[in-house]
Amino acid sequence: MTTIILDNVWKEYEDRVVLERVNLALDDHEFLVIIGPSGVGKTTLLRLLLSQEQPSRGRILIDGEPIASEPTADRGVVFQRYSVFPHRTVLGNVMLGPQWAGAPILGRFFGARRRELESRAMALLERVGLADSARKYPAQLSGGMQQRLALAQALIMKPKVLLLDEPFGALDPGTRKSMHQLVRELWEENAMTIVMVTHDLSEAFLLGTRVIAVDRPRNDPQAPERFGATIASDFEAKFRSVRDSRRFEAEREKLRLTLVSADSTQNSLPGGISPVRALVKD
Amino acid sequence: MRRIINYAPRVGVRVILAALPFVAVLAIYLIASNARLAIEPNDKLMPAFATFWATLTRLATTIDKATNQYLFWWDTWLSLQRLFLGLGISALAGLVLGILVGFIPYLRATFEPFFAAFSLIPPLAVLPILFILFGLGEVSKIVLIVFGIAPFIIRDVMLRVASIPAEQIIKAQTLGANTWQMISGVVLPQVMPRLIDSVRLSLGAAWLFVIAAEAITAEGGLGYRIFLVRRYLAMDVILPYVAWITLLAFLMDWGLRRLAAAAYPWDRIKAA
Repeated sequence: MTTIILDNVWKEYEDRVVLERVNLALDDHEFLVIIGPSGVGKTTLLRLLLSQEQPSRGRILIDGEPIASEPTADRGVVFQRYSVFPHRTVLGNVMLGPQWAGAPILGRFFGARRRELESRAMALLERVGLADSARKYPAQLSGGMQQRLALAQALIMKPKVLLLDEPFGALDPGTRKSMHQLVRELWEENAMTIVMVTHDLSEAFLLGTRVIAVDRPRNDPQAPERFGATIASDFEAKFRSVRDSRRFEAEREKLRLTLVSADSTQNSLPGGISPVRALVKD
Repeated sequence: MRRIINYAPRVGVRVILAALPFVAVLAIYLIASNARLAIEPNDKLMPAFATFWATLTRLATTIDKATNQYLFWWDTWLSLQRLFLGLGISALAGLVLGILVGFIPYLRATFEPFFAAFSLIPPLAVLPILFILFGLGEVSKIVLIVFGIAPFIIRDVMLRVASIPAEQIIKAQTLGANTWQMISGVVLPQVMPRLIDSVRLSLGAAWLFVIAAEAITAEGGLGYRIFLVRRYLAMDVILPYVAWITLLAFLMDWGLRRLAAAAYPWDRIKAA
Protein backbone atom coordinates (compact mmCIF):
# COMPACT_ATOMS: atom_id res chain seq x y z
CA MET A 1 0.00 0.00 0.00
CA THR A 2 1.42 3.33 -1.03
CA THR A 3 -0.42 6.60 -0.74
CA ILE A 4 1.02 9.99 -1.52
CA ILE A 5 -0.30 13.23 -0.09
CA LEU A 6 0.79 16.72 -1.11
CA ASP A 7 -0.42 19.14 1.53
CA ASN A 8 -0.52 22.78 0.37
CA VAL A 9 2.91 22.59 -1.30
CA TRP A 10 4.61 25.76 -2.54
CA LYS A 11 7.92 26.19 -4.29
CA GLU A 12 9.50 29.62 -4.47
CA TYR A 13 12.92 30.71 -5.66
CA GLU A 14 13.71 34.04 -4.01
CA ASP A 15 10.94 36.27 -5.42
CA ARG A 16 9.74 33.88 -8.12
CA VAL A 17 6.82 31.58 -7.35
CA VAL A 18 6.94 28.34 -9.35
CA LEU A 19 4.28 26.23 -7.64
CA GLU A 20 1.55 27.36 -5.30
CA ARG A 21 -1.20 25.66 -3.33
CA VAL A 22 -0.61 22.18 -4.72
CA ASN A 23 -2.90 19.74 -2.95
CA LEU A 24 -3.13 16.15 -4.03
CA ALA A 25 -4.06 12.82 -2.50
CA LEU A 26 -3.01 9.79 -4.46
CA ASP A 27 -4.36 6.29 -3.80
CA ASP A 28 -2.40 3.08 -3.88
CA HIS A 29 -1.42 1.67 -7.28
CA GLU A 30 -2.29 4.81 -9.22
CA PHE A 31 -0.61 5.80 -12.46
CA LEU A 32 -0.51 9.56 -12.12
CA VAL A 33 0.45 11.60 -15.17
CA ILE A 34 1.36 15.27 -14.83
CA ILE A 35 0.83 17.34 -17.96
CA GLY A 36 1.19 21.02 -18.67
CA PRO A 37 2.96 23.54 -20.91
CA SER A 38 6.77 23.74 -20.99
CA GLY A 39 8.46 25.54 -18.12
CA VAL A 40 5.38 25.65 -15.93
CA GLY A 41 6.78 23.53 -13.13
CA LYS A 42 5.85 19.93 -13.94
CA THR A 43 9.40 18.79 -13.45
CA THR A 44 9.74 20.89 -10.31
CA LEU A 45 6.78 19.01 -8.90
CA LEU A 46 8.48 15.72 -9.71
CA ARG A 47 11.72 16.94 -8.15
CA LEU A 48 9.84 17.75 -4.97
CA LEU A 49 8.49 14.21 -4.89
CA LEU A 50 12.04 12.97 -5.42
CA SER A 51 13.47 15.27 -2.69
CA GLN A 52 15.88 16.61 -5.27
CA GLU A 53 14.41 19.93 -4.13
CA GLN A 54 12.56 20.90 -0.96
CA PRO A 55 9.14 22.57 -0.90
CA SER A 56 9.35 26.07 0.50
CA ARG A 57 5.96 25.61 2.18
CA GLY A 58 3.72 22.63 2.86
CA ARG A 59 4.67 19.00 3.15
CA ILE A 60 4.70 15.76 1.19
CA LEU A 61 3.70 12.50 2.84
CA ILE A 62 4.16 8.95 1.61
CA ASP A 63 2.09 6.45 3.60
CA GLY A 64 1.41 9.20 6.14
CA GLU A 65 5.12 9.79 6.81
CA PRO A 66 6.94 12.95 5.65
CA ILE A 67 9.38 12.04 2.89
CA ALA A 68 13.12 12.05 3.55
CA SER A 69 14.87 15.32 2.73
CA GLU A 70 17.16 13.62 0.18
CA PRO A 71 16.55 11.04 -2.55
CA THR A 72 16.19 7.55 -1.07
CA ALA A 73 15.62 4.03 -2.29
CA ASP A 74 11.84 4.09 -1.71
CA ARG A 75 11.43 6.37 -4.73
CA GLY A 76 12.89 5.12 -8.00
CA VAL A 77 13.41 7.42 -10.95
CA VAL A 78 13.93 7.37 -14.70
CA PHE A 79 14.95 10.62 -16.37
CA GLN A 80 14.73 11.51 -20.02
CA ARG A 81 18.50 11.05 -20.35
CA TYR A 82 21.59 10.16 -18.30
CA SER A 83 19.81 7.83 -15.89
CA VAL A 84 22.18 4.91 -16.49
CA PHE A 85 25.87 4.69 -15.67
CA PRO A 86 28.06 4.72 -18.80
CA HIS A 87 30.97 2.92 -17.10
CA ARG A 88 28.98 -0.19 -16.19
CA THR A 89 27.71 -2.90 -18.48
CA VAL A 90 23.96 -3.40 -18.80
CA LEU A 91 24.06 -6.20 -16.24
CA GLY A 92 26.39 -4.18 -14.01
CA ASN A 93 23.96 -1.26 -14.08
CA VAL A 94 21.06 -3.42 -12.92
CA MET A 95 23.13 -5.05 -10.19
CA LEU A 96 24.36 -1.75 -8.72
CA GLY A 97 21.49 -0.92 -6.36
CA PRO A 98 21.30 -4.19 -4.40
CA GLN A 99 25.10 -4.31 -4.14
CA TRP A 100 25.20 -0.82 -2.71
CA ALA A 101 22.50 -1.72 -0.21
CA GLY A 102 24.19 -4.97 0.81
CA ALA A 103 27.90 -4.08 0.74
CA PRO A 104 28.46 -0.61 2.21
CA ILE A 105 32.25 -0.51 1.79
CA LEU A 106 33.06 -2.48 -1.35
CA GLY A 107 29.75 -2.00 -3.15
CA ARG A 108 30.23 -5.48 -4.58
CA PHE A 109 28.92 -8.99 -3.87
CA PHE A 110 30.96 -12.17 -4.16
CA GLY A 111 30.23 -15.86 -4.54
CA ALA A 112 26.74 -17.22 -4.02
CA ARG A 113 25.25 -13.83 -3.21
CA ARG A 114 26.56 -12.46 -6.46
CA ARG A 115 25.25 -15.39 -8.48
CA GLU A 116 21.83 -15.05 -6.86
CA LEU A 117 21.73 -11.33 -7.67
CA GLU A 118 22.98 -11.98 -11.17
CA SER A 119 20.16 -14.39 -11.90
CA ARG A 120 17.65 -11.92 -10.45
CA ALA A 121 19.08 -9.13 -12.62
CA MET A 122 19.08 -11.36 -15.69
CA ALA A 123 15.43 -12.24 -15.10
CA LEU A 124 14.60 -8.55 -14.95
CA LEU A 125 16.61 -7.86 -18.09
CA GLU A 126 14.78 -10.71 -19.78
CA ARG A 127 11.54 -9.04 -18.74
CA VAL A 128 12.45 -5.69 -20.33
CA GLY A 129 13.93 -7.42 -23.40
CA LEU A 130 17.61 -6.66 -22.83
CA ALA A 131 18.92 -10.12 -21.92
CA ASP A 132 20.87 -10.33 -25.18
CA SER A 133 22.67 -7.07 -24.47
CA ALA A 134 23.65 -7.86 -20.87
CA ARG A 135 27.40 -7.52 -21.55
CA LYS A 136 27.18 -4.34 -23.61
CA TYR A 137 27.81 -0.82 -22.37
CA PRO A 138 24.95 1.71 -22.38
CA ALA A 139 26.63 3.75 -25.14
CA GLN A 140 26.18 0.72 -27.42
CA LEU A 141 22.40 0.71 -26.88
CA SER A 142 19.71 2.68 -28.66
CA GLY A 143 17.75 5.35 -26.80
CA GLY A 144 14.80 3.04 -26.17
CA MET A 145 17.05 0.26 -24.89
CA GLN A 146 18.75 2.69 -22.52
CA GLN A 147 15.37 3.66 -21.08
CA ARG A 148 14.46 -0.02 -20.67
CA LEU A 149 17.72 -0.46 -18.81
CA ALA A 150 16.97 2.55 -16.61
CA LEU A 151 13.59 1.00 -15.78
CA ALA A 152 15.12 -2.35 -14.89
CA GLN A 153 17.78 -0.63 -12.81
CA ALA A 154 15.12 1.23 -10.81
CA LEU A 155 12.76 -1.74 -10.50
CA ILE A 156 15.30 -4.10 -8.97
CA MET A 157 15.13 -1.93 -5.83
CA LYS A 158 11.35 -2.52 -5.63
CA PRO A 159 10.55 1.17 -5.00
CA LYS A 160 7.21 2.19 -3.53
CA VAL A 161 6.93 4.95 -6.09
CA LEU A 162 8.45 5.13 -9.54
CA LEU A 163 8.98 8.65 -10.86
CA LEU A 164 9.30 9.13 -14.61
CA ASP A 165 10.49 12.49 -15.98
CA GLU A 166 9.49 12.59 -19.66
CA PRO A 167 11.00 9.12 -20.06
CA PHE A 168 9.91 8.72 -23.68
CA GLY A 169 10.53 12.30 -24.80
CA ALA A 170 13.64 11.50 -26.84
CA LEU A 171 12.34 8.29 -28.47
CA ASP A 172 10.94 7.72 -31.95
CA PRO A 173 7.21 6.92 -32.23
CA GLY A 174 7.61 3.16 -32.75
CA THR A 175 9.93 2.71 -29.79
CA ARG A 176 7.69 4.93 -27.72
CA LYS A 177 4.72 2.72 -28.40
CA SER A 178 6.50 -0.42 -27.26
CA MET A 179 7.77 1.44 -24.20
CA HIS A 180 4.18 2.40 -23.32
CA GLN A 181 3.24 -1.25 -23.41
CA LEU A 182 6.20 -2.20 -21.24
CA VAL A 183 5.63 0.47 -18.61
CA ARG A 184 1.97 -0.41 -18.46
CA GLU A 185 2.73 -4.08 -17.91
CA LEU A 186 5.42 -3.39 -15.34
CA TRP A 187 3.02 -1.16 -13.45
CA GLU A 188 0.43 -3.96 -13.34
CA GLU A 189 2.96 -6.62 -12.37
CA ASN A 190 4.76 -4.72 -9.63
CA ALA A 191 1.62 -3.13 -8.13
CA MET A 192 3.44 0.14 -7.49
CA THR A 193 2.55 3.78 -7.83
CA ILE A 194 3.91 5.60 -10.86
CA VAL A 195 4.14 9.35 -11.26
CA MET A 196 5.04 10.44 -14.78
CA VAL A 197 5.65 13.86 -16.28
CA THR A 198 4.96 14.29 -19.97
CA HIS A 199 3.83 16.91 -22.44
CA ASP A 200 2.21 14.33 -24.69
CA LEU A 201 -1.54 14.39 -24.09
CA SER A 202 -2.37 11.13 -25.81
CA GLU A 203 0.38 9.37 -23.91
CA ALA A 204 -1.01 10.78 -20.67
CA PHE A 205 -4.51 9.47 -21.23
CA LEU A 206 -3.31 6.17 -22.66
CA LEU A 207 -1.19 5.28 -19.64
CA GLY A 208 -2.54 7.24 -16.71
CA THR A 209 -5.28 6.23 -14.33
CA ARG A 210 -5.26 9.81 -13.18
CA VAL A 211 -4.11 12.83 -15.12
CA ILE A 212 -3.49 16.24 -13.61
CA ALA A 213 -2.81 19.37 -15.61
CA VAL A 214 -0.46 21.90 -14.04
CA ASP A 215 -0.91 25.51 -15.11
CA ARG A 216 -0.97 29.08 -13.86
CA PRO A 217 -4.52 30.03 -12.97
CA ARG A 218 -3.59 33.65 -12.29
CA ASN A 219 -1.21 35.73 -14.32
CA ASP A 220 0.06 39.25 -13.82
CA PRO A 221 1.36 40.52 -17.18
CA GLN A 222 3.52 43.11 -15.40
CA ALA A 223 5.07 40.56 -13.06
CA PRO A 224 4.84 37.02 -14.44
CA GLU A 225 6.89 35.69 -11.55
CA ARG A 226 4.30 36.75 -8.96
CA PHE A 227 2.02 33.74 -9.33
CA GLY A 228 2.94 30.11 -9.53
CA ALA A 229 1.36 27.11 -11.16
CA THR A 230 -1.03 24.74 -9.47
CA ILE A 231 -3.21 21.79 -10.38
CA ALA A 232 -5.59 23.28 -12.94
CA SER A 233 -7.56 20.14 -13.81
CA ASP A 234 -7.72 16.67 -12.39
CA PHE A 235 -9.07 13.83 -14.52
CA GLU A 236 -9.82 10.34 -13.47
CA ALA A 237 -8.60 8.79 -16.68
CA LYS A 238 -9.68 5.24 -15.89
CA PHE A 239 -12.53 4.65 -13.51
CA ARG A 240 -11.81 2.59 -10.47
CA SER A 241 -14.23 -0.08 -11.59
CA VAL A 242 -12.51 -0.31 -14.97
CA ARG A 243 -9.13 -0.64 -13.34
CA ASP A 244 -10.33 -3.22 -10.85
CA SER A 245 -11.84 -5.20 -13.64
CA ARG A 246 -8.56 -4.96 -15.54
CA ARG A 247 -6.73 -6.31 -12.54
CA PHE A 248 -9.28 -9.07 -12.22
CA GLU A 249 -8.83 -9.91 -15.88
CA ALA A 250 -5.07 -10.00 -15.49
CA GLU A 251 -5.31 -12.35 -12.54
CA ARG A 252 -7.70 -14.62 -14.32
CA GLU A 253 -5.40 -14.71 -17.33
CA LYS A 254 -2.49 -15.70 -15.10
CA LEU A 255 -4.58 -18.43 -13.51
CA ARG A 256 -5.58 -19.71 -16.92
CA LEU A 257 -1.98 -19.91 -18.05
CA THR A 258 -0.91 -21.89 -14.98
CA LEU A 259 -3.85 -24.24 -15.40
CA VAL A 260 -3.09 -24.76 -19.05
CA SER A 261 0.58 -25.44 -18.50
CA ALA A 262 -0.11 -27.75 -15.55
CA ASP A 263 -2.59 -29.63 -17.64
CA SER A 264 -0.34 -30.03 -20.65
CA THR A 265 2.50 -31.39 -18.53
CA GLN A 266 0.46 -33.77 -16.38
CA ASN A 267 -1.81 -35.60 -18.79
CA SER A 268 -0.95 -35.09 -22.39
CA LEU A 269 -4.27 -35.87 -24.02
CA PRO A 270 -4.05 -36.12 -27.75
CA GLY A 271 -5.52 -32.98 -29.19
CA GLY A 272 -5.14 -31.74 -25.67
CA ILE A 273 -5.83 -28.57 -23.94
CA SER A 274 -8.94 -27.15 -25.45
CA PRO A 275 -11.46 -28.35 -22.84
CA VAL A 276 -9.68 -26.65 -19.94
CA ARG A 277 -9.13 -23.47 -21.87
CA ALA A 278 -12.78 -23.32 -22.79
CA LEU A 279 -13.71 -23.94 -19.18
CA VAL A 280 -11.64 -21.11 -17.77
CA LYS A 281 -12.45 -18.64 -20.47
CA ASP A 282 -16.12 -18.41 -19.64
CA MET B 1 37.19 22.44 -58.24
CA ARG B 2 35.92 21.58 -54.79
CA ARG B 3 36.70 23.53 -51.63
CA ILE B 4 40.10 22.64 -50.22
CA ILE B 5 38.64 21.26 -47.00
CA ASN B 6 36.79 18.60 -49.00
CA TYR B 7 39.98 16.95 -50.27
CA ALA B 8 41.11 14.21 -47.87
CA PRO B 9 44.20 12.00 -48.43
CA ARG B 10 43.86 8.22 -48.69
CA VAL B 11 45.41 6.03 -45.97
CA GLY B 12 48.64 5.32 -47.85
CA VAL B 13 49.08 8.95 -48.83
CA ARG B 14 48.47 9.97 -45.25
CA VAL B 15 51.34 7.81 -43.98
CA ILE B 16 53.70 9.27 -46.54
CA LEU B 17 52.58 12.81 -45.75
CA ALA B 18 53.06 12.21 -42.02
CA ALA B 19 56.60 10.93 -42.58
CA LEU B 20 57.51 13.81 -44.87
CA PRO B 21 58.35 16.53 -42.28
CA PHE B 22 60.51 14.11 -40.27
CA VAL B 23 62.42 13.07 -43.37
CA ALA B 24 62.76 16.70 -44.44
CA VAL B 25 64.22 17.82 -41.09
CA LEU B 26 66.73 14.93 -41.09
CA ALA B 27 67.69 15.62 -44.68
CA ILE B 28 68.21 19.35 -44.06
CA TYR B 29 70.37 18.55 -41.02
CA LEU B 30 72.42 16.02 -42.99
CA ILE B 31 73.03 18.41 -45.89
CA ALA B 32 73.92 21.33 -43.63
CA SER B 33 76.14 19.19 -41.41
CA ASN B 34 77.96 17.72 -44.37
CA ALA B 35 78.51 21.18 -45.82
CA ARG B 36 79.98 22.46 -42.55
CA LEU B 37 82.13 19.37 -41.98
CA ALA B 38 83.52 19.68 -45.52
CA ILE B 39 84.89 23.13 -44.62
CA GLU B 40 85.91 22.38 -40.99
CA PRO B 41 86.22 18.68 -40.04
CA ASN B 42 86.27 19.51 -36.28
CA ASP B 43 83.01 21.49 -36.38
CA LYS B 44 81.17 21.12 -33.08
CA LEU B 45 77.84 22.69 -33.94
CA MET B 46 76.46 20.12 -36.37
CA PRO B 47 78.20 16.78 -35.84
CA ALA B 48 77.66 13.87 -38.23
CA PHE B 49 75.37 11.00 -37.29
CA ALA B 50 78.43 8.78 -36.90
CA THR B 51 79.73 11.12 -34.19
CA PHE B 52 76.36 10.96 -32.40
CA TRP B 53 76.48 7.21 -32.44
CA ALA B 54 80.06 7.06 -31.20
CA THR B 55 79.35 9.47 -28.32
CA LEU B 56 76.17 7.68 -27.38
CA THR B 57 77.82 4.25 -27.29
CA ARG B 58 80.65 5.69 -25.23
CA LEU B 59 78.20 7.15 -22.69
CA ALA B 60 76.06 4.04 -22.61
CA THR B 61 78.70 1.32 -22.47
CA THR B 62 81.75 2.69 -20.61
CA ILE B 63 81.95 3.41 -16.89
CA ASP B 64 82.58 7.05 -16.09
CA LYS B 65 85.56 7.44 -13.77
CA ALA B 66 84.26 10.36 -11.72
CA THR B 67 80.86 8.85 -10.88
CA ASN B 68 81.59 5.15 -11.42
CA GLN B 69 78.40 4.78 -13.47
CA TYR B 70 77.26 4.22 -17.04
CA LEU B 71 76.46 7.90 -17.55
CA PHE B 72 73.66 7.57 -20.11
CA TRP B 73 71.70 5.03 -18.13
CA TRP B 74 72.42 6.70 -14.84
CA ASP B 75 71.16 10.05 -16.15
CA THR B 76 68.05 8.37 -17.54
CA TRP B 77 67.38 6.56 -14.27
CA LEU B 78 67.75 9.71 -12.16
CA SER B 79 65.53 11.83 -14.40
CA LEU B 80 62.85 9.19 -14.74
CA GLN B 81 62.82 8.64 -11.00
CA ARG B 82 62.23 12.32 -10.40
CA LEU B 83 59.64 12.49 -13.15
CA PHE B 84 57.67 9.43 -12.01
CA LEU B 85 57.70 10.44 -8.36
CA GLY B 86 56.57 13.95 -9.21
CA LEU B 87 53.91 12.81 -11.65
CA GLY B 88 52.69 10.03 -9.37
CA ILE B 89 52.32 12.29 -6.36
CA SER B 90 50.62 14.93 -8.51
CA ALA B 91 48.19 12.41 -10.01
CA LEU B 92 47.31 10.96 -6.62
CA ALA B 93 46.84 14.40 -5.06
CA GLY B 94 44.84 15.50 -8.08
CA LEU B 95 42.59 12.47 -7.88
CA VAL B 96 41.91 12.60 -4.15
CA LEU B 97 41.62 16.37 -3.77
CA GLY B 98 39.88 16.85 -7.11
CA ILE B 99 37.17 14.31 -6.33
CA LEU B 100 36.63 15.41 -2.74
CA VAL B 101 36.59 19.11 -3.54
CA GLY B 102 34.65 18.65 -6.74
CA PHE B 103 31.98 16.39 -5.24
CA ILE B 104 31.34 17.72 -1.73
CA PRO B 105 29.76 21.20 -1.85
CA TYR B 106 31.20 22.46 1.43
CA LEU B 107 34.75 21.49 0.48
CA ARG B 108 34.17 22.98 -2.93
CA ALA B 109 33.04 26.33 -1.53
CA THR B 110 36.09 26.36 0.73
CA PHE B 111 38.87 25.24 -1.59
CA GLU B 112 37.90 25.94 -5.19
CA PRO B 113 38.93 29.63 -5.18
CA PHE B 114 42.08 28.74 -3.26
CA PHE B 115 43.15 26.14 -5.83
CA ALA B 116 42.34 28.57 -8.64
CA ALA B 117 44.66 31.17 -7.09
CA PHE B 118 47.29 28.58 -6.17
CA SER B 119 47.51 27.28 -9.72
CA LEU B 120 48.44 30.75 -10.98
CA ILE B 121 51.68 30.93 -8.94
CA PRO B 122 54.54 30.41 -11.42
CA PRO B 123 56.36 27.32 -10.07
CA LEU B 124 59.81 28.39 -11.24
CA ALA B 125 59.43 31.64 -9.33
CA VAL B 126 59.09 29.73 -6.08
CA LEU B 127 61.98 27.38 -6.89
CA PRO B 128 64.37 29.41 -4.70
CA ILE B 129 61.92 29.05 -1.81
CA LEU B 130 61.88 25.30 -2.39
CA PHE B 131 65.68 25.17 -2.40
CA ILE B 132 65.77 27.15 0.83
CA LEU B 133 63.13 24.99 2.50
CA PHE B 134 64.04 21.53 1.21
CA GLY B 135 67.72 21.91 0.39
CA LEU B 136 69.32 21.18 -2.94
CA GLY B 137 68.53 17.45 -2.93
CA GLU B 138 65.83 15.36 -4.52
CA VAL B 139 62.95 16.65 -2.38
CA SER B 140 62.99 20.16 -3.77
CA LYS B 141 63.01 18.85 -7.36
CA ILE B 142 60.02 16.60 -6.76
CA VAL B 143 58.17 19.32 -4.88
CA LEU B 144 58.78 21.60 -7.86
CA ILE B 145 57.14 19.10 -10.23
CA VAL B 146 54.21 18.59 -7.87
CA PHE B 147 53.88 22.33 -7.42
CA GLY B 148 53.81 22.83 -11.15
CA ILE B 149 51.46 20.01 -12.14
CA ALA B 150 49.18 19.09 -9.26
CA PRO B 151 47.05 22.28 -9.40
CA PHE B 152 46.31 21.67 -13.07
CA ILE B 153 45.36 18.04 -12.46
CA ILE B 154 43.23 18.94 -9.44
CA ARG B 155 41.30 21.51 -11.43
CA ASP B 156 40.88 19.18 -14.38
CA VAL B 157 39.54 16.40 -12.16
CA MET B 158 37.22 18.88 -10.45
CA LEU B 159 35.83 19.96 -13.82
CA ARG B 160 35.26 16.34 -14.80
CA VAL B 161 33.45 15.67 -11.53
CA ALA B 162 31.28 18.72 -12.12
CA SER B 163 30.44 17.53 -15.63
CA ILE B 164 28.92 14.24 -14.42
CA PRO B 165 25.18 14.77 -15.06
CA ALA B 166 23.18 15.54 -11.91
CA GLU B 167 20.72 12.86 -13.05
CA GLN B 168 23.34 10.17 -12.46
CA ILE B 169 24.00 11.33 -8.92
CA ILE B 170 20.27 11.52 -8.13
CA LYS B 171 19.76 8.10 -9.65
CA ALA B 172 22.57 6.67 -7.53
CA GLN B 173 20.89 8.07 -4.43
CA THR B 174 17.56 6.50 -5.39
CA LEU B 175 19.46 3.22 -5.67
CA GLY B 176 20.49 3.65 -2.04
CA ALA B 177 24.11 4.72 -2.49
CA ASN B 178 25.87 6.59 0.32
CA THR B 179 28.49 9.28 -0.32
CA TRP B 180 31.41 6.85 -0.25
CA GLN B 181 29.66 4.49 -2.67
CA MET B 182 28.90 7.34 -5.04
CA ILE B 183 32.54 8.42 -4.94
CA SER B 184 33.92 4.91 -5.43
CA GLY B 185 31.22 3.58 -7.75
CA VAL B 186 30.13 6.53 -9.85
CA VAL B 187 32.62 9.39 -9.68
CA LEU B 188 36.00 7.65 -9.46
CA PRO B 189 35.57 5.30 -12.44
CA GLN B 190 34.32 8.12 -14.64
CA VAL B 191 37.15 10.42 -13.59
CA MET B 192 39.97 7.91 -14.18
CA PRO B 193 40.14 8.20 -18.00
CA ARG B 194 40.24 11.98 -17.66
CA LEU B 195 42.98 11.72 -15.04
CA ILE B 196 45.08 9.65 -17.41
CA ASP B 197 44.48 12.25 -20.12
CA SER B 198 45.52 15.12 -17.90
CA VAL B 199 48.66 13.25 -16.83
CA ARG B 200 49.41 12.83 -20.54
CA LEU B 201 48.95 16.54 -21.08
CA SER B 202 51.19 17.27 -18.08
CA LEU B 203 54.09 15.19 -19.38
CA GLY B 204 55.59 18.14 -21.24
CA ALA B 205 55.40 20.41 -18.21
CA ALA B 206 56.78 17.67 -15.96
CA TRP B 207 59.84 17.27 -18.19
CA LEU B 208 60.25 21.04 -18.22
CA PHE B 209 60.40 21.16 -14.43
CA VAL B 210 62.72 18.15 -14.18
CA ILE B 211 65.19 19.67 -16.60
CA ALA B 212 64.93 23.12 -15.06
CA ALA B 213 65.61 21.76 -11.58
CA GLU B 214 68.47 19.59 -12.84
CA ALA B 215 69.99 22.50 -14.74
CA ILE B 216 70.31 24.44 -11.52
CA THR B 217 71.58 21.76 -9.20
CA ALA B 218 72.01 18.00 -9.41
CA GLU B 219 74.59 15.22 -9.42
CA GLY B 220 73.17 13.66 -12.55
CA GLY B 221 70.19 13.49 -14.83
CA LEU B 222 69.41 14.08 -18.47
CA GLY B 223 68.88 17.82 -17.97
CA TYR B 224 71.97 18.09 -15.79
CA ARG B 225 74.10 16.46 -18.48
CA ILE B 226 72.80 18.70 -21.24
CA PHE B 227 73.53 21.84 -19.25
CA LEU B 228 76.90 20.50 -18.13
CA VAL B 229 78.26 19.76 -21.60
CA ARG B 230 76.84 23.02 -22.99
CA ARG B 231 80.10 24.68 -21.85
CA TYR B 232 82.05 22.55 -24.29
CA LEU B 233 79.58 23.09 -27.15
CA ALA B 234 79.15 19.30 -27.09
CA MET B 235 76.29 19.09 -29.55
CA ASP B 236 77.15 15.40 -30.03
CA VAL B 237 75.80 14.84 -26.49
CA ILE B 238 73.06 17.44 -26.38
CA LEU B 239 71.22 16.49 -29.57
CA PRO B 240 71.02 12.73 -28.84
CA TYR B 241 69.91 13.51 -25.28
CA VAL B 242 67.14 15.77 -26.58
CA ALA B 243 66.06 13.06 -29.00
CA TRP B 244 66.14 10.48 -26.18
CA ILE B 245 64.02 12.70 -23.91
CA THR B 246 61.54 13.18 -26.74
CA LEU B 247 61.40 9.43 -27.33
CA LEU B 248 60.85 8.74 -23.61
CA ALA B 249 58.05 11.32 -23.48
CA PHE B 250 56.45 9.81 -26.56
CA LEU B 251 56.62 6.29 -25.12
CA MET B 252 55.05 7.43 -21.87
CA ASP B 253 52.28 9.19 -23.71
CA TRP B 254 51.66 6.12 -25.85
CA GLY B 255 51.73 3.83 -22.81
CA LEU B 256 49.22 5.96 -20.95
CA ARG B 257 46.94 6.04 -23.98
CA ARG B 258 47.06 2.26 -24.26
CA LEU B 259 46.42 1.94 -20.54
CA ALA B 260 43.33 4.14 -20.76
CA ALA B 261 42.02 2.17 -23.73
CA ALA B 262 42.58 -1.18 -22.03
CA ALA B 263 41.30 -0.26 -18.58
CA TYR B 264 38.33 1.90 -19.59
CA PRO B 265 36.88 0.47 -22.81
CA TRP B 266 33.53 2.18 -22.23
CA ASP B 267 35.17 5.59 -22.48
CA ARG B 268 36.22 4.97 -26.07
CA ILE B 269 32.79 3.69 -27.05
CA LYS B 270 31.28 6.93 -25.81
CA ALA B 271 33.75 9.00 -27.78
CA ALA B 272 33.09 7.05 -30.98
